[in-house]
Amino acid sequence: MRITLKVWRQDGPTAPGSFETYDVPGVSPDMSFLEMLDVVNDRLTLDGKRPIVFEHDCREGICGSCGMMINGVPHGPERGTATCQLHMRKFHDGDQIVVEPWRSAAFPVIRDVAVDRSAFDRIIEAGGYISTPTGAAPDANLTLIPKPVADAAMDAAACIGCGACVAACPNSAAQLFTSAKLAHLNLLPQGQAERWARTEAMVETMEEFFGSCTNHGECREACPKEISLDFIAMMNRDYVKSKRKNRKLLSQIR
Amino acid sequence: MATTTPARGSQSSARGLVRPTFSQPRRRLPYPFGLYQTAVGKKWVMGVTGIMMMGFVLVHMIGNLHMYEGPAKYNEYAEALRTVGGALMPREGVLWALRLGLLGAAALHIHSAATLTIINRRSRPLAYQSPRDYSAANFASRTMRATGIIVLLFVIFHLLDLTWGVFLGEDYITGDVYNNVTRSLSSLPIALLYLLANIALAVHLFHGAWSMFQSLGWNSPQFNQARRVFAAAFAGLILVGNLSFPILNLTGVVSQDSRTTPCVAEGGEETRICLGVNE
Repeated sequence: MRITLKVWRQDGPTAPGSFETYDVPGVSPDMSFLEMLDVVNDRLTLDGKRPIVFEHDCREGICGSCGMMINGVPHGPERGTATCQLHMRKFHDGDQIVVEPWRSAAFPVIRDVAVDRSAFDRIIEAGGYISTPTGAAPDANLTLIPKPVADAAMDAAACIGCGACVAACPNSAAQLFTSAKLAHLNLLPQGQAERWARTEAMVETMEEFFGSCTNHGECREACPKEISLDFIAMMNRDYVKSKRKNRKLLSQIR
Repeated sequence: MATTTPARGSQSSARGLVRPTFSQPRRRLPYPFGLYQTAVGKKWVMGVTGIMMMGFVLVHMIGNLHMYEGPAKYNEYAEALRTVGGALMPREGVLWALRLGLLGAAALHIHSAATLTIINRRSRPLAYQSPRDYSAANFASRTMRATGIIVLLFVIFHLLDLTWGVFLGEDYITGDVYNNVTRSLSSLPIALLYLLANIALAVHLFHGAWSMFQSLGWNSPQFNQARRVFAAAFAGLILVGNLSFPILNLTGVVSQDSRTTPCVAEGGEETRICLGVNE
């Protein structure tokens, strides 16, 4: 396969960027998208040029590092997969492939197509955890959880925090990410103690960095883990409730 | 190394490269009002005010179907609106309460939309430099701002036209709704304006009537499938009902000529016979 690669090149967070076009012959259809980029980078290095900077880690679709816009779609044309699990056989010989970083005020470009997603960390720090007492591990099956609840929590926990939802959203909103992180704790018994404080804190931190949801549903289409919009509805319901609940909890302190 | 968990929100959110684009207000308003200071809360308000306006749009459409029963019934309906509550309420009391409620709902709906749009624009200062390929966002969801503005401008025009009679001049008769509606809608440009505005309204409702379920958190596997159907059916119902008025007026099915009763100006202080005005 021979493809034309049009990639966003940018030297640093404040440097201006632009597209550069590379002719890439000798692409195997069995290569993953990142392996194709590796080949391009090898050739660039041999030519004495700066290779394309992109983020990657596990290359098996579970770490969430490798997000990029491919032909105007986050993670490319294959649904329910991250960029690393996208294979070159999804493209045709002679195709032009446009690669661009996520665009969002909250995701500044570090270099080329690598962005800083630490705004997600700020949301997690605000409440994406449970405060457990340390000590011996509790007995298995001590806390019984109905199967549908465990399944729903697991569906939410599948979020890998890649940022495709924000990248896909016309408003650059992080509702799908935040709602998944909230739901995976808020559905389970272990998450109940901090449920309302968590919901309020995480939503309000999210709003500091990201836009607001207008229910287009683009995030769901872009999500490599196919996380459901239902979690967003759950978050909206819980947030409004949390305002009332947290007010009540405050009155417990004397 | 032993560390203790820092209290929630104790750390500054601006670290490294990433800067917040929006800062939460330092002082929150007291309980339900504080919700309106947040984006999720504003969307909730948009959902609630949207339902109020959907109720109005539905009742308005159904009420106007009285037009097809002839001038007497139609004007009787208009008069009945002013005397809702009968002797218990002052004349037009309930009507004004509803009007003020709707005005407040519209103001909140528009204010939320405007402020959220500003936040959204700020959240992506540099747009995608290559063409985006949308797969879920439909025409309705992506034109909410445009259709909303069209509907707002139309409502202002509609009030000037049929509540204050600015454009009809001498032909406007206070209290004779049938006369005013038929005269206004028999003009081609005005009828076309009504057609365009009501199509925009239906497009707005097609997304809004679905979106509100998400914004209000009304989500359950038991009725999730029905939410889209509801939105499409509601938008379709309003579209068919509201488009029928200008179309049937334009084609002459409903017109001044079909009236059989004289019209009477409001209050009875001044009675104008308007039968045969067209002759």
